[in-house]
Amino acid sequence: MREKKTFRGVFLNGVLNENPTFRLVLGVCPTLASTTSATNSIGMGLAATFVLVGSNIVISMLRNLIPDKVRIPAYIVVISTFVTIVQMLIQAFVPSLYEALGLFIPLIVVNCIILARAEAFAGKSSVFLSAADGFGMGLGFTGALLLIGAVRELLGNGTLFGNNILGGGFEPMLLAVMAPGGFILFGLILGIVNAITDRISARKGAKA
Amino acid sequence: MNLRLSTGPHLLSRESTQTLMLDVLIALIPTTAAGIYLFGSRAAWVLAVAVISAVVFEWLWQKLTRQPVRVKDLSAVVTGLILGLNLPAQAPLWMPVIGSLIAIVLVKQLFGGIGHNFLNPALLARGILLASWPAHMSVYYLPTRVLGATSVAPAADMTSAATALLRPSGFAPYDLLMGNIPGTIGEVSKIAILIGLLYMLFVGTVTWHVPVVFAGTTVLLTWILGGDPLASLLSGGLLFGAVFMATDYVTNPMTKRGQVVFAAGCGLIVTVIRLYGSYPEGVTFAILLMNILTPLIDRLTVRRIYGMVKKHA
Amino acid sequence: MEFTLTNFLLFMVNCVLTNNFIFSRYLGCCPFLGVSSKVETAAGMGIAVTFVMGLASLFTYAVYHYILVPLQISYLITISFILVIAALVQFVEMFLKKSMPSLYNALGIYLPLITTNCAVLGVTILNIDNKYNMLWSVLNGVFGALGFLLAIVLMAGVRERLESSNIPKAFKGFPISLVIAGLMSVAFLGFAGLGN
Repeated sequence: MREKKTFRGVFLNGVLNENPTFRLVLGVCPTLASTTSATNSIGMGLAATFVLVGSNIVISMLRNLIPDKVRIPAYIVVISTFVTIVQMLIQAFVPSLYEALGLFIPLIVVNCIILARAEAFAGKSSVFLSAADGFGMGLGFTGALLLIGAVRELLGNGTLFGNNILGGGFEPMLLAVMAPGGFILFGLILGIVNAITDRISARKGAKA
Repeated sequence: MNLRLSTGPHLLSRESTQTLMLDVLIALIPTTAAGIYLFGSRAAWVLAVAVISAVVFEWLWQKLTRQPVRVKDLSAVVTGLILGLNLPAQAPLWMPVIGSLIAIVLVKQLFGGIGHNFLNPALLARGILLASWPAHMSVYYLPTRVLGATSVAPAADMTSAATALLRPSGFAPYDLLMGNIPGTIGEVSKIAILIGLLYMLFVGTVTWHVPVVFAGTTVLLTWILGGDPLASLLSGGLLFGAVFMATDYVTNPMTKRGQVVFAAGCGLIVTVIRLYGSYPEGVTFAILLMNILTPLIDRLTVRRIYGMVKKHA
Repeated sequence: MEFTLTNFLLFMVNCVLTNNFIFSRYLGCCPFLGVSSKVETAAGMGIAVTFVMGLASLFTYAVYHYILVPLQISYLITISFILVIAALVQFVEMFLKKSMPSLYNALGIYLPLITTNCAVLGVTILNIDNKYNMLWSVLNGVFGALGFLLAIVLMAGVRERLESSNIPKAFKGFPISLVIAGLMSVAFLGFAGLGN
C-alpha cells in the first residue's frame, strides 16, 4: 500500500507529523543555543532550511552517481559546502546574527537533521520531492525554534523580537535565557506538545 | 520507631512519612520562630506564602493528574517552609510562589512525586531564584530587630552586605550565634538551628554523620586554605544547609559510608565556591551538586558491600 | 597562554566544570541524551569521545596551520575539519579493530556516532577561534571531552535511579531527560567564576 507522495504531503509531513524538533528530537544543540531570542531562532531556522533544501536537492541529483560505500562522506562534503556558503552570507549581510549564533553556524554541518534527511530521504527520492522534504523539515525546525525562542525571550527578557511586551513591572527571569533555562523550557514545551498530540490522536482514534 | 531509620531511597509508607515530616516541622519551630522574631512580620508573610503555595501546588497537581491527594503527608509543608526560610525577608511575595511552583511541580511531581526527586526541591528552587533574580536574592538585610535596637538608619553596606561570610566587622561570635547578622530568614540564628538538630538527633530523624562531617570538612578546609574557620561555620547558610537540607533522605546516599562521602564532598565544594567562585555562598550549589552525584555514590558504596557478601559465599 | 602548573589547573577546572560542554556550552547534546540510560555505556561513549577529541584537536591544528593558512584557503575550515574528523574516526575504528580488539569491542559501537557529535567539530573550531597553540588545543579537546564524560555519567546515574519512577507519560524519554539536564545545569552554575 504505497501512497503516492505529493509535494504538499511531503512538505506537511516535515512541518507536522515528523517535526524534526518535536517529533524526531534531532538537532538539540542548535535548538538550545539559538533559542535565546525569537530573532536568533528564526535566523538559525532559516540558515538550516537553506542548507537542508540545497543539500537535499544536490544529493538527490547525485543519488545515482554516488557509490554506496562513500555516500556518507560525500553527503558531508555537500552539506558542508552549503554551510560554508550560508556562513559567508550571514557574515556579510547579517553580522549581528553571525555574532549571536557564533560557533553554531559552522556546526550546522553536524546538525543531525540534515544528514538524517540526506540518508533517509534525499538519497532515494526525486529532486522535486527532496526539495519539498527540505522545505518542510526546515520550516518545521524553524517553527519549533521560534516557539521555544519566543517563550524564552518573553520570560527571560520580557520582550518579543526585541519589543517590550510584558511592560516595566515585569521582572525578567534571567534563568530562561541562561543555559539551564534552555534545557528546562525545551523539555517542558516538548512534554506539553507530546501531551497535546497524544490527546489529538486519541480523539482521532475514538472517531475512527 | 525503627521505621524512621529506614534509609531506603524510595517510598516510605504514608503514615511514616507523615510522622517523619512532623518531626522535621517540630525541629524547624525554633528556626522559624527566631526568623520571625529577628526579621519581624515581613518574614512571617514570606514563610506563610511559601507554605500555602507549596501545599496548593501539590494539591492542584494531584487533582489535575487524577492521583490520590497526599497533602496530609506534610511533605509539601516541609518543602514550602524550608524554601521560605531560604529567602531573604524582604523578598517580594511573588518569589515564594514561583519558588514553590518550581520545587513542587518541576523538581518533585514531574519525577513521580515524593521519594522520586533526585534533587532537594527547596534548594533547587532557591538556585533558580538566585540565578534569575540576583538583585532580590543576593542582597541580605540585617534583622529589623538589630536595626530597631540601635535605631540607626540602615547604612548601605550594613543592609546590603552581600555576604556575611567574611566575618563582617562588628559582628561578635555572640551575634553570629544568635542571628544578629544579615542573611536569609532561616539561616541567621545558629542557636535555633542547633536546637532543631538536637531534637532530630534525639527522636532519630537524622544521625550525626551528615551535619558533622559537612560542617567539619568546611571548617577544616577553610582553616587549611587560610580562611577564618569560626566565621566559615557560623556565617552564611552552612549550618542550616547541613542540618535541614543535606540530611534529606531522598536525595542523599543510602549507606552511612556513602553519606560521609556525600557530606565531605559538600564541605569541599562549599569551601571552594566561597573562596574562589563568583557566588558569595556555595551551600545551595554544593548540596545540589552532591545530590547529582548521589546515584553514583550509591552504586559504588552499595556494590562494595555486595562484593563482600560474595567473598563469604 | 604560558604553560605553568597554575594555568594548567585553572584551564582544567574551567573546561571540565565552569564551562562544561553540555551544561553551559550546549555541545554534544545528541549523544548526551541518546546514550545516557546506563552508566556503563555512558562511560564508554565518554571515553571514546575523549580519545577522538584529543586526536581531532591535534590533527585539525596541523591541517589548519600547515595546509589551510599557507594556501590561503582558511575559509575551507568547516569542510576540511569535518573530513579530518570523519577520516580520523574511521582510522581509529580500523586501528582498534586490528590491534586492540577488546577496546574495540567496548568502544567500537560508539565510534560511528562521534563523527556527528557537534562537540568534536565544535572544539576544533574553538581551538582556532581562541588562537590556542598545539598544546593548549589538545588540552582543550581532552578536558572538554572529560567534561562531557562527567556530564554523561552523572546523567546516566540519575536516569538509572529514575527508571522505576512514575513520570507522566507525555514527559517520558526526551522531555524528562532535558529537564534533568536543566536541573543539573542549575547546580553547575555554582562553579561560576572558578578557573578564570
